[in-house]
Amino acid sequence: MPSLKSSGSVLTGPAASSLLQLTTTRFRLFLREPEAIFWIFVFPIILAVGLGLAFRNKPADVYQVGATTPHLAKSLNTDRGLSAKVMDEATGTHQLATGDILVLAIENPGGVTYKYDDTNPDARTARLIADRAVQTAAGRREAVHADNNLVHETGARYIDFVVPGLLGMNLMSSAIWGLGFAIVEARQKKLLKRLVASPMPKWQYLASFVLSRLVMLVIEVTIFLGFARIAFGVPFRGPLWQLALLCVLTSLAFSSLGLLVASRAKTMEAASGLMNLVMLPMWILSGVFFSAARFPAVIQPFVRALPLTAAIDSIRSNMLQGVTLSHMTLPVSVLVAWLIIPFFIALKIFRWR
Amino acid sequence: MATIATTEFRPAVGSASGPSLRLRGLRKAYADLVAVDGLDLEVPAGECFGLLGPNGAGKTTTIEICEGLTTADSGTVELLGLDWQRGEAELRQRIGIQLQETQFPDKLTVEETIRLFRSFFHRGIDVEDVIKSAELEEKRKSRVVGLSGGQKQRLAMACALVGDPELLFLDEPTTGLDPQARRHLWDLVDELKKAGRTIILTTHYMDEAERLCDRVGIMDHGKIIALGTPAELIASVGGEHVVEFALSGDPNLDPAALLAVPGVQSHRVDAGLHQLAVSELHTAVPLIFTKLAENGWHLSEFRTHSATLEDVFVSLTGRNLRDA
Repeated sequence: MPSLKSSGSVLTGPAASSLLQLTTTRFRLFLREPEAIFWIFVFPIILAVGLGLAFRNKPADVYQVGATTPHLAKSLNTDRGLSAKVMDEATGTHQLATGDILVLAIENPGGVTYKYDDTNPDARTARLIADRAVQTAAGRREAVHADNNLVHETGARYIDFVVPGLLGMNLMSSAIWGLGFAIVEARQKKLLKRLVASPMPKWQYLASFVLSRLVMLVIEVTIFLGFARIAFGVPFRGPLWQLALLCVLTSLAFSSLGLLVASRAKTMEAASGLMNLVMLPMWILSGVFFSAARFPAVIQPFVRALPLTAAIDSIRSNMLQGVTLSHMTLPVSVLVAWLIIPFFIALKIFRWR
Repeated sequence: MATIATTEFRPAVGSASGPSLRLRGLRKAYADLVAVDGLDLEVPAGECFGLLGPNGAGKTTTIEICEGLTTADSGTVELLGLDWQRGEAELRQRIGIQLQETQFPDKLTVEETIRLFRSFFHRGIDVEDVIKSAELEEKRKSRVVGLSGGQKQRLAMACALVGDPELLFLDEPTTGLDPQARRHLWDLVDELKKAGRTIILTTHYMDEAERLCDRVGIMDHGKIIALGTPAELIASVGGEHVVEFALSGDPNLDPAALLAVPGVQSHRVDAGLHQLAVSELHTAVPLIFTKLAENGWHLSEFRTHSATLEDVFVSLTGRNLRDA
C-alpha cells in the first residue's frame, strides 16, 4: 500500500527558497562555462596589461631629424630632444615620407629651410626644437629667462584614464551577454515554457539574474580594480563606497538593457545580432579608450545620453578627480533612467514561451 | 523496480465530487488552421486518459490549453474544480506537467535540476524519493548533457512528479525513445496509476495508448472522433482481427464476394493491400482462401493480426496513424 510517510514532506530551510535555488542555479551555470569566466574575469586584465605596456611612461621622446650638412647636424644634436643624422636632400625626403625622420633641415645660402609635415603634431614640435637649437647654436640669447618645473603625476597617465573605461565596458558586456544569452537560450530550449508551467513565481526568475549579477560584480570589480591598483598604482580619489554604488548602478542599468534585448528574441543568432547592435555604438562613442568629448558638438547630446558614457564619466570622475555623487547628478540620472525604462518595457513585452 | 515506487506516491486525495478535467466546447484557431475544433471531454479522478492521434491532430494544443499555457478562443476548461483565470496559483501547485520538448540546462546535474523544481512547490515528494522512482540514482551527479534520451525523459517526469501532483499531464512522453526506454517509462506510469493519480497523456503510438490508458480519445483534425476504452474502440471496428492480403497481377477484385464470407465485417484497399475486419478468424480464413481460389486470384501476401487502435483509426479516417 502507498504510504504517506515519504510523500507529504514540506520543505523548510534554504532548500525551500525558490529564489535562492534559482540564483544558485545561475551561479552554477555561469561557473561551469569556462569561456564566460575568461571574458569576464581574465580578458579585462589582459587588456589592461596590454594597454599599460603600450602606454607606459617613457622618457620624453627623442625626435629623429635629418640635416644636410655635418655642421647643421651638430647644432641640432646639442638639444637632447633631437637626434640628427647627416643625409643628402633626396635621402632626407625619402626618409620623411617613410616616417624615419620628422624634419629635414636643409642648409642653404640664405639660412635654413625646414621640410616637414605641418599636420603632424610631432613634426611641428620637432621643427620648433630644431629651430631653437639652430638659433641657439648661432648665438641667440633668450629675451626672458625661463625655468622648467617637471611633474609626472599619477592620475594623468593614459592607464589611469583607460582603467575606468575598461571597467565600464566590462560591466556593460558582462551584464548584457550574461542576461541576454542565458534568457534567450532558455527560451530556445523551451525551458522558459517549462518553468512557467511550474508554480515558479516569474519575478523570481528575473530577480535571480539580478542577484547573481550583483554577487559576480563584487568579484569581477574587485579583481580588476585590485589588479589596476597593484600593477599600475591607479588612484582612487573618490569615496570607495560611492565607487561601489556606481558599479552596482551601472550593472543594474545594463542588466535592465540586457533584459530588454532578450525579451523577445527567439534564437541565439537574433539575440547576438541585437546585442552587438546595442553595444557597438557605445564601444565607439562612450569614451572607453579616448575622451567622448572628442566627438562633434552636434552628436554630444546623443553621446551623453548613452548609458556607457554616463557610467564611464561618473566612474572616471570618482576615481581620478574624487568627485562625489552629489556633483554628478546628470550621469547618475542618465543611469537611473536606463535602469527603469528598459526594465518596465521588458516586463511588458517579455515572451515566456 | 516497481516495488520501490509503490511506496513513493500517496493516493490522490482529489475532489471525489467531480471530474479531474472537464472541457466544454474548446476551440482554438491559428492563422489559417483550426487546431482544436469544439472539443468536449471529461476525465474522472484516477483515470489514465490518452489522446491518440497523428501529428498535427491538435493533441498538443489541447493539452497545452488544459495546462494553462495556451488560451482557447472559446470554451471552458476546468481542472480539479478550478479554472485558470481564478485558480492559477493553486492549480500550478496541484498539477504536474511534462512538456514535449523541454531541454533542461546542459550543465546542471540531475539532482540539481530536480531540487530546483522541488523548490517551486510548497509541498511535494522528497528529492531523494523522486530520484529513486525515476530510477536516476546512478545518474544523480551526472550533468544533463550526458544523459541518454530515456534518462532525459525520466528527468522530465521527475520534475513533473516532484510536486506530488493530483493531476499529471504527459505530452508524448516516449516519442523518440528506444523500445527499452519506452517500456521503462511505461513502468513508471503504471506505478502512478496504481497510486490513483489522474493522468492525461498524448501519444501517436497506438500500442502506448492500449498499454497505458483506461480510456482513449482518438483525435483527428481538432476533434475527438472516437472515445472509449481500448477494448470498446477495437470492438467498434466490427471484428477483433484484421486480415491483410495482396494479390499478384492486381486483378479487379469484387469486394462483395469477400463480404459474403461469414465473419467478414468490412473491406478496404490501401495501396494494393486489402484489409478485412474479421470476427471469427478460424472459420473465416479457410473460406477466404476458397473464395480467392474460386475466382482464380493468386495471393502474393497474406497475414493476420489482432485488431488494434491503429485499425480503429484507419477504419474511421481511411488513413494510417503514422502517415496521416
